[in-house]
Amino acid sequence: MSPRTPELHYDAVVIGAGTAGMTAAARLAEGGARVCVLAKGVGSTHLAPGTIDVLGYAPDRVEEPEGALPGFIAEHPDHPYALIGAEAIAPALQWFAERVEAGPLPGYRYVGGLDRNHLLPTAVGVMRPSALVPETMAGGDERAREAVCVVGMRPLRDFHAALCAANLSRNGPSARAVEAAVEVDRADVNSLGLARRFDDPAWRAAFAAKLAPLVRTEERVALPAVLGLRDPHGAWEDLQQRLGRAVFEIPTLPPSVPGMRLFEILKAALRAARGRLVLGAEVIGADRAGGRIEAVRTHASGHDVHYHARWFVLATGGFASGAISIASDWTAHENALDLPLRGFPAPGQPRFVADYFAEQPMARTGVAVDGSLRAEGAENVFVAGASLPGSLPWKEGSGDGIALASGHKVAQAVLDAEATSKLRTPA
Amino acid sequence: MTTPIDELLRGSLDHCVKCTICETACPVAAATPLFPGPKYAGPQAERYRVADEPSVEWSVDYCSGCGICTQVCPQGVKIAEINAQARNKLKNQKGVPLRDRIITRPTWLGRLGTPAAPIANWSLTFKPARLLGEKLLKVHRDAAAPEFAGRRFSTWARKRTSPATGRKVVYFHNCGTEYYEPWEGEKLVAILEHNGFEVVVPKQDCCGLPLQSSGLFGDARKVVLRLAKALAPHVRDDDTVIVGNATSCTLMLKREAREILGLEDDPDLRLVSERTYDICEFLLELHDRGELKTDFKPIDETIAYHAPCQQQGHWIGKPALELLALVPGLKVAEMDARCCGIAGTYGLKAEKYDIAMAVGANLFEQIASSGADAVACDSETCRWQITHATKQPSVHPIDFLHRAYGLDGAA
Repeated sequence: MSPRTPELHYDAVVIGAGTAGMTAAARLAEGGARVCVLAKGVGSTHLAPGTIDVLGYAPDRVEEPEGALPGFIAEHPDHPYALIGAEAIAPALQWFAERVEAGPLPGYRYVGGLDRNHLLPTAVGVMRPSALVPETMAGGDERAREAVCVVGMRPLRDFHAALCAANLSRNGPSARAVEAAVEVDRADVNSLGLARRFDDPAWRAAFAAKLAPLVRTEERVALPAVLGLRDPHGAWEDLQQRLGRAVFEIPTLPPSVPGMRLFEILKAALRAARGRLVLGAEVIGADRAGGRIEAVRTHASGHDVHYHARWFVLATGGFASGAISIASDWTAHENALDLPLRGFPAPGQPRFVADYFAEQPMARTGVAVDGSLRAEGAENVFVAGASLPGSLPWKEGSGDGIALASGHKVAQAVLDAEATSKLRTPA
Repeated sequence: MTTPIDELLRGSLDHCVKCTICETACPVAAATPLFPGPKYAGPQAERYRVADEPSVEWSVDYCSGCGICTQVCPQGVKIAEINAQARNKLKNQKGVPLRDRIITRPTWLGRLGTPAAPIANWSLTFKPARLLGEKLLKVHRDAAAPEFAGRRFSTWARKRTSPATGRKVVYFHNCGTEYYEPWEGEKLVAILEHNGFEVVVPKQDCCGLPLQSSGLFGDARKVVLRLAKALAPHVRDDDTVIVGNATSCTLMLKREAREILGLEDDPDLRLVSERTYDICEFLLELHDRGELKTDFKPIDETIAYHAPCQQQGHWIGKPALELLALVPGLKVAEMDARCCGIAGTYGLKAEKYDIAMAVGANLFEQIASSGADAVACDSETCRWQITHATKQPSVHPIDFLHRAYGLDGAA
C-alpha cells in the first residue's frame, strides 16, 4: 500500500490563472459551482497591455470586429472563434465589463466593444487596434485629432517618449516628447515602481505641478501606463483636472500595470463568488479512467495533492507559457494532462519558414478539441485561451478576445452540463 | 562542490524569461530601495556569483525570504531559494552578527526565558532594557517580542495520555507553541482528539528555520536533521502523518530544508517532508472525506484572515478560509495583502524593523478598515507583528474551530 496522498473534491477545477482561466473560474463560481483554480504561477495578465483585443487584423486592419468576424470565421473554420461562435463574444465582453465596474478599483471601467476598434498607440508609437480598452487609455485613439504630448520620465527606461512621439507623428496626429522630472529613491524604476508612486495623491500633485508648464494648451497628454494600481481612475481624473487636459495611458513593457489591474479584477470576481485560487500548484499529471479525467495531481510542498472534479478547464496557454513544449525528438506535448495536440507539423513537414514574421508552421498548435471546446480523448475537459489550436493571436490581435470568450463559453458549457445532470438525478 | 540540488536551483535559472512577475509580487522591494527585487537580486545577479569567489552583491541581505517570488513565478524558477543561498554565501563572507546567533536559537531563548518568565517578560517591555538590546544586539527596541508563557507545551503533553483510538497523528509543535503559546498546542490536540485521533507528541526541538533564514546553514542543517530523526520513527507505517500549526516550520520540514539547505538525500527528512501537513490542510482534507465533525456552535463575530507568506509557500491555497466558513455565524474578511513584514526574525533586526513595518502597512490598513473584532493568521510571528502594529488580538484560525466545537468550556 502506498502512503496516503491528500485528495480534495470540487465541481470544477480550472488549470491556469490567466485571463481565460480566471474568467472561466469566476463565471463557474458565480453559477454556483464549487471551483478551484490551480496555477503554477501568475499568468499572462501581468505581461499583456490589459486591453481586450478581439480581432485587429484579418489580415488587413479591422475597423469593425462585429462586421469582420463572420467572414473571418468562414475563412478559418478551425479558428477558436469558429468554435466559440461569433454570437458568444459580445456576452463575454459584457460580462467582463460588468465585473470591472463591480470590481475593486473604484470608477475604473473599460470602454468600447465589437462595433468599432480603438486605434491606440503602443510604446513605440505604432497604432494598435483593440476592441475593449481601459477608459484611461481610450483618449489615445488615433481618430482624436488633437496633438499629443508624450511624457517620458528618466528613471523609467522602458518607455522612450521621443521614439514614441516620432513614430506617432509619422502617420497619426502631430506629437512631441517632453521629459517630466520625477523624484524616485532609486536609479531606475519600472512601470510598477512608478505606479506605486502615482497611488500617492501628494506625489501625484507634485508630479502634475512639474509637468503642467511643459504641456501646451491644445495637446492631449500621453503617459506610460503607470497611473496607479489601487485607484487608477482617481489618479487619471486627478491628473486631467490638475493639467486641465485629456490624459491617456500607453501600455509599456512588462510588468504591465493595466494587466495587473485586470488580474486583480478577475481575482476579486472569483473571490466574491467564493472560488478558490491555489498559486504555486503546478499540475503535473492526471488520474484517468477511460475517456475521463478523474483528478489532477499538483506538486505541492512536501507531497502531491490530488484534486478531483467532475469537470476540468485547461487554460494553461501554449508554447509561450511553457504549457506545450517540444521534446528533443521533435514531438510536441501538452504538459499538464498529456492531451493530444492539433496543428503541430507532422514528421517530414517544414517546421519553420525563413521569414520570421510570416506564419510559422507550428504557430497554430494547440490542444485538440471538438466543436464544443472539449478536449479530444477527455470528455470532461474543456479547453480555453491560448491552449486552443488554430489561431495566430499576435498576428490577428485576437489573444485577449479568444481568452475571454472561450473562458466564458466553457464555463457556460459546464454549468449547462451540470444543470442537465441534476435534472436527470434529482437530489 | 555542486550537488544535485544546486543543479536543480541554479538550473531553474535557465527558465527565467525576465518577465518581472516576481518583481510585481515582492513585498520588500515595494517598501524599500535597499532591495532591488527578486529578479535583480536572483536570476540577474546570479551570473556575478561565481563559486569560490567573493560575492559582489550585497542587497540580497535585505530579502526577507518570504518566498512569494517563487510562488508566483510561472516558469518554476526557484528565486527565493537561490536568494537564500546567496544570503548564506554573503554571511559566510561578511561574518555573522552575534545577534543572528542568538535570536535564531528559539530553544536557548525558550529554556532561559521560561523559568524566568516574569523577569524576562518585564524586560521585554522595559524601555531601557530594549534600548540596551538595540545597542548591544541590534534588536529593534520596538519590535514585536512575544511573552514567555512561563510553562512549556511539552510538559503539559507529557503529563497526559491521548486516548488510543486506532487513528494516530503525530504533532509537531513548533518553538512558538512550546515556549510562548502553549495553549495553541492544547487547542490543536483537543480538536484532533474531538475528531477521534490519538495525538502523539514525540520529544522534539527547533526546525532550524530561523538559522536558515539568517544564513547560518551549517547550524540549520544540524538542527533540522535532529528534528527529522526525532519525528521519522513515528511515521514509518503507511498512514500516520505529522501535523503542525506553525506554517513556517512545517514548510521548513516539507520543502525548504530539502531545497535551500540541500538535504534532498536524507531519508528521515524525506519521509518527514512527505508526511508533514499544515493543521488546516489536514482538517480540510478530513472534511472533504466527510470525516470532520461539524458540530459547530455559532460564533457571531467578524474576523479578518491573513494567510502568511510561508503558508502560501505550501502551495495549497488557503484551507483555513474554507474551514472557517464551516462555522455558523462567523464572518471572515479575507485580507488581500501579501506580507505582514516580520518574516520570522527579519522584522526584529534593528536595520530592518522600519522596512518590515512598511511592508506590513497595507495589511495593517486593511485590518483596521475591515471592522474585524480579531485577526486569524496561521503563523505565530506574523500574529505577533500584526498585534504589535494594529493592537488587534490575533489567533490561529483553529482557535475559532476550538471555540465552535465548545472545547473551550464556554457554554
